[in-house]
Amino acid sequence: MSELLAVEGLQKYFPVTRGLIFQKEVAQVKAVDGVDFTVNAGETLGVVGESGCGKSTMARCIARLLEPTAGKIVFDGRDITHLDRNAMRPIRRDMMMVFQDPYASLNARKRVGGIVGEPLEVHGIGTDEERKRRVQELLEIVGLNPEHYNRFPHEFSGGQRQRIGIARALAVNPKLIICDEPVSALDVSVQAQILNLLKDLQADFDLTYIFIAHDLNVVRHISDRVMVMYLGKPVETGSKEELYAEPKHPYSGALLSAVPIADPTLGRARRQIVLTGDVPSPINPPAACRFHPRCPRFVDGKCNVDEPLLTPVPGAKDHGYACHFPLEHWPMDEDDFRRVGGMVPATPAATSSE
Amino acid sequence: MGAFIIRRLFWAIFLFIVATIITYVIFFVIPSDPATIACGTHCTPPIIAHIRLSLHLNLPFYQQYWLFLWNMLRHGSLGYSFVNGASVRWIIGQAAPITGSLVAGGAVCWLALSIPVGVISALRPRSILDRAGMVFVLIGISAPVVWIGLILAYIFGFKLGWTPIATYCNFFPSHQIGVCSGPANWAYHLVLPWATFMLLFAALYVRLIRANVMETMSEDFVRTARAKGASSARVLFQHVLRNSMLPVVTILGMDIGLALGGAVFTETVFNLNGLGQTLISAASQENLPVVVGVVVFATVAVIIFNFLVDVAYAWLDPRIRLST
Amino acid sequence: MALLEVTDLVTRFRTDDGIVQAVSGVSFSLDRGQTLGVVGESGSGKSVTFLTVMGLVDPRHADVTGSVRFDGNELLGASFSTLRKIRGQRIGMIFQDPMTSLNPVKRIGWQLEEAVLIHNDVSRSEARRRSLEVLDEVEIPRADARIDDYPHQFSGGMRQRVMIAMALINQPDLLIADEPTTALDVTTQAQILRLMKKLQDEHGTAIVMITHDLGVVAELADDAAVMYGGRIVEEAKVQDLFAQPEMPYTWGLLGSLPRADITAARLEQIPGQPPSLLRPPNGCAFNPRCAYAFDRCRAELPELRPSPTSGEHRFRCHLDDADRLRIWTAKKAELTSTEGTAA
Repeated sequence: MSELLAVEGLQKYFPVTRGLIFQKEVAQVKAVDGVDFTVNAGETLGVVGESGCGKSTMARCIARLLEPTAGKIVFDGRDITHLDRNAMRPIRRDMMMVFQDPYASLNARKRVGGIVGEPLEVHGIGTDEERKRRVQELLEIVGLNPEHYNRFPHEFSGGQRQRIGIARALAVNPKLIICDEPVSALDVSVQAQILNLLKDLQADFDLTYIFIAHDLNVVRHISDRVMVMYLGKPVETGSKEELYAEPKHPYSGALLSAVPIADPTLGRARRQIVLTGDVPSPINPPAACRFHPRCPRFVDGKCNVDEPLLTPVPGAKDHGYACHFPLEHWPMDEDDFRRVGGMVPATPAATSSE
Repeated sequence: MGAFIIRRLFWAIFLFIVATIITYVIFFVIPSDPATIACGTHCTPPIIAHIRLSLHLNLPFYQQYWLFLWNMLRHGSLGYSFVNGASVRWIIGQAAPITGSLVAGGAVCWLALSIPVGVISALRPRSILDRAGMVFVLIGISAPVVWIGLILAYIFGFKLGWTPIATYCNFFPSHQIGVCSGPANWAYHLVLPWATFMLLFAALYVRLIRANVMETMSEDFVRTARAKGASSARVLFQHVLRNSMLPVVTILGMDIGLALGGAVFTETVFNLNGLGQTLISAASQENLPVVVGVVVFATVAVIIFNFLVDVAYAWLDPRIRLST
Repeated sequence: MALLEVTDLVTRFRTDDGIVQAVSGVSFSLDRGQTLGVVGESGSGKSVTFLTVMGLVDPRHADVTGSVRFDGNELLGASFSTLRKIRGQRIGMIFQDPMTSLNPVKRIGWQLEEAVLIHNDVSRSEARRRSLEVLDEVEIPRADARIDDYPHQFSGGMRQRVMIAMALINQPDLLIADEPTTALDVTTQAQILRLMKKLQDEHGTAIVMITHDLGVVAELADDAAVMYGGRIVEEAKVQDLFAQPEMPYTWGLLGSLPRADITAARLEQIPGQPPSLLRPPNGCAFNPRCAYAFDRCRAELPELRPSPTSGEHRFRCHLDDADRLRIWTAKKAELTSTEGTAA
């Protein structure tokens, strides 16, 4: 498998300014603070995290809709970190985005044909007639009626609008599609339609996805590899199978445990790990391990002093975590969760939800 | 708050300089000769030349502007009228209370009318009152000020004889015999101008307030208040009003500035010697110091009002007050 | 006697486009201390049903018929002052978006005290004492320091705690929670759900949990009702509903959910969109999206009927018992067999 995208040390800081005439930078929102990962052609990288973890900012940096503060983005073998507008133009064809709110991201005054055909027009592809045919073909591909070419976005339901957004992203045959929370505004039954559509399209057109979501189950369903982010940093990355079967970072574990299970017997049998407090502000985030103020496994003098680096899991194919006291096993109940480093009684009875 | 005030102050100075320079430039672009006007009918070229010298009209405009700034900062003087030599400060001191009374009273009247009407039509959309309000709004928006003023003067002043048609009385009582003064007379003489203002602005405000109240009524926190068991009156007064007045405050600040300009027409109709009248006659006489004086005054007034609005807004909305 | 008994509730809105029948004959009952989970997608009528119960739909735009009996008293058609005494006092309500559900220009303490003062003849200092107490109870750290903050100074999860505190401050018998965790992060959602469970255990409050998330219902509810197109299409004990759902829409919902406990290569999708309430389909509202629909489904609305196994488990579907059993058994096998075989 060839590497389509490589991101190294990506940072995006937003300045917080204060001052009279001359604005002085007093703080920085460290929205993305050192992210490394690669995406292979044809695979789906799921990025999951709660609000404020920097997943959307990261996506916008990769698509160069935001200027990264530092780091390197290599797309299809080419360093695109500092390319100017003109040089980016041909690359944008290969890298499209699908956004969360299908209504806000579609121009309400344009007809569907114009919206879907816009990337073709921008890149000067085809004649008017060819473009129209292509747009109708695209509408058909995403499961819309090609005769609805002349309708406006408000005439469609949420799920159909998201299909329009996907058709637009597909128009120029991109290699990579970055989906930023594409299903979180949709009803469950419609969400399933869109997820299936994205999977079908990936198979049909050899697409590579970066799929950003807050819903762990959705990410698990669609992804091959997963990256869990917390306050601007990845805390754990791995293949879907490894990460979901045996999360190592306490935050990943807590996230997995927090998701309600649609099965009353299973759901109520497990002993859920519930974190306390809220995600802190990315302005002056906690020192060292950013998760330490909320972490049930926090060890004073270590977690708040020494920043853990992303470490590979011994014996795993593709699994890494950034924690000094990774989870020894999974599933785990709340008492075990709090016990750190070798003090865990390794009896099967300690695990509650099996 | 301190930083906020200082930033505002820098803005004010900048605005002030821009406004006065523009006034100066306009005067120098228009071909005119104030010296001839100041000289009167029995003039000879030497007298005109002398006047020109004494009024510094021979200097290039940036030097005149500099002189104006210097005099203002050093002596607190805005100069002297080209026409009658009176101090511009004195002229403005005479005119400003008139315009101030007109605008302030007008604002009180239009708010007093539009808040209840706006709120009631928002609470009862499509009712008779709402529809009547809309008709009233349309009249107010489409009718010119002069026309409204003249109609009011004709009906209430001339036909019915209820109110005086013209002139201004001082608010503060004066002991001079034959001079009309005192709060009662002041208000009595301003009834028609205020009514004119009210019709003009109340129309816009009824619409604005109606829209804001309706929007606030559909907010989630209003539903929360109802779910708590709050009475309709409590919902309205404790939850809806303050939130729906936030945008109104902003618009009000801008409109007070506008009203100072709009006062020109009202003053003309009711023969009030306010700033508007002063500005018009000074402009027609090419009386630069008076024009600049009025511009300075109006700029300062607008800046102060905007500042007051910001303070009021911050007071009303904790999200603004407590940010940073 | 049931705490809340709703019979044949119909809510119609008069709009410029015509009559929108948001709720079409909903009946259910809820006992003290029980939790009813109401699941549905947007437009299913789940929120409107409970706004109607609370008397919060605007009578200028809405016609309501049927019966809502709360603790033996009829609420539909009751006077405004009767309703006011019940709202906030006997029935508390929390909403989806804690950001917009609190008044932005009033302090948290003021809003809590208001809830006390509306219903109780007590001093403001007593109201404040109760407010502090209830803030402690919903686990707001340093409540005494934060009581005079404004809503925007709280995080989303903290605001939802304040909403819960406000709804429970007068110790109501019933809490109606309309998508209380939808706008929250996953870890915060877990906190809020745990808190609601704890408060219910302590006070014996009955809860109606309105949600689109089957997972939330599975974790919290005793009884569950699935709504579609303004009607309850299936209701049962929560264990029964998940173990043996009886009609195609519920099957579809369960199949379309990406799950933590099951790895499916492909989600089951329900084709099409939720129905228009302005022009609902004839017969069963789900028939245009149903893979098993036949002529009768397009002509005749199925009655809510009991399942063969339990009288408490009721559903709307024309398919006969043998067919439903066959289809569900196959589906269930499909759902579990794909485990671990993701493509």
